[in-house]
Amino acid sequence: MDQSVFIFDILLPALMQGLVVTLQLIACSAPFGLALGIAVAVGRQYGGRVTSWLCKTFVFLIKGTPLLLLLFILYFGLPAIGITFSAFVASVVGFILCNGAYNAEYIRGALISIKDGQMVAARSLGMTRWQAIKNVILPQALRRAIPGLSNEFIYLIKYSSLAYMLTVIELSGAGKLVATKYFTYTESFAVVGVIYLVLVTITTAAVSILERRVAVPGTARAATAAQL
Amino acid sequence: MNDNDIVLRVEDIHKSFGGNEVLRGVSFDVRRGETKVFIGPSGTGKSTLLRCINQLTPPDRGKVWLDGEEVTNSGARINYFRQKIGMVFQNFFLFDHLTALKNVELALLRVRGMGKAEARAKALTELRQVGMEDWADHYPAELSGGQAQRVSIARALAMDPDVILFDEPTSALDPELTREVLEVMRKLAREGMTMLVVTHEMGFACSVANEVLFMENGVVAEQGSPDLLLHDPRFTRMKDFIGRIDSRMED
Repeated sequence: MDQSVFIFDILLPALMQGLVVTLQLIACSAPFGLALGIAVAVGRQYGGRVTSWLCKTFVFLIKGTPLLLLLFILYFGLPAIGITFSAFVASVVGFILCNGAYNAEYIRGALISIKDGQMVAARSLGMTRWQAIKNVILPQALRRAIPGLSNEFIYLIKYSSLAYMLTVIELSGAGKLVATKYFTYTESFAVVGVIYLVLVTITTAAVSILERRVAVPGTARAATAAQL
Repeated sequence: MNDNDIVLRVEDIHKSFGGNEVLRGVSFDVRRGETKVFIGPSGTGKSTLLRCINQLTPPDRGKVWLDGEEVTNSGARINYFRQKIGMVFQNFFLFDHLTALKNVELALLRVRGMGKAEARAKALTELRQVGMEDWADHYPAELSGGQAQRVSIARALAMDPDVILFDEPTSALDPELTREVLEVMRKLAREGMTMLVVTHEMGFACSVANEVLFMENGVVAEQGSPDLLLHDPRFTRMKDFIGRIDSRMED
């Protein structure tokens, strides 16, 4: 079989279907992963003893165990106690938990870096703790967390391939199926790799645009750093 | 003196940090429109005292009253009192991610629940008060220290406070910038704002204060008009303190 016929008529159409699933996995996971990360970071940093401990333990458990194990528990384990997810939903839930836990650590680091004076000034104006966190602390912390969060988003793009282990035919899985069927491992996986590279490149470019958009004028850290 | 004139009453405030008793029973009354200046060596609890008044640092003992209502032990109502007790900090503490205008607007929108147009108009008025309306769209990182401090005064003014606490407002500024901030404070005092000022600016204390409180070791050691504390032979401790500063400067 002609190489180009294989790539354009067989491989790429299959991979495009897989890519759509990969994008769906990411689109369903990332927003909730971010929200969970914010909630867990704020809970750990500003919550009471119990809340703080719960958030810390959650992060500890997710950080300390393989994501694949979490996915297996969600998909194969939970039905035993009467909770049944489809493979896609189980994957998304797993990704949200994993993404959220790591995001929480990046955001917590950023929260710690905000000087106490910001909270003090907000409270001195009569804001409640929550109003101060929402209007003063988080907007600043999230800006500082962007590099870390984008890193985690890029991980998400790549570990979304683990959904294949729960029978979700996403990008990597689609590549694996074609590779096995036509015995074309090198070509198939090379093209899959290129598609991931493109996704990550687009993300990196988008993040750098976002960073410039939300940068606070007058705080040109990069410019200063380059001079020193 | 009519008791109704008293806007803020501070009663026997005690505060310790660890084993260190920073405030050991401070009491005073503040009349509406009055400027009181707190002077004294570092570490004598002047800044802690201000923070005890708006409960940023809850005192261990003692009471604070604003317009006859108890501020201490007021629970969630403390957020109401804090609107009525403005505060200006040594290091400004402007919200770094917001323009000067939005710094002033924020609490109007979120705490007072004002509409956007009204909050904006009010914020611009307050910025004009401190001569910063031309800088409304600049971020804190783009302002000089004196400008930043004037914006933070506008931010406090915007809540229409009954009294403003100034915690060493010029200690982070060079003499030129100090002058522009003191100018604004002088104007506020003239216009009848009630102010408590912790400062090392003797010139300001002497020309603006209705009363100077000299603090030492967690208590008010001497209290009276600037003229009295500086010239009456019965008062010696503040004169000693100023003498020490002056001789240090000559060295």
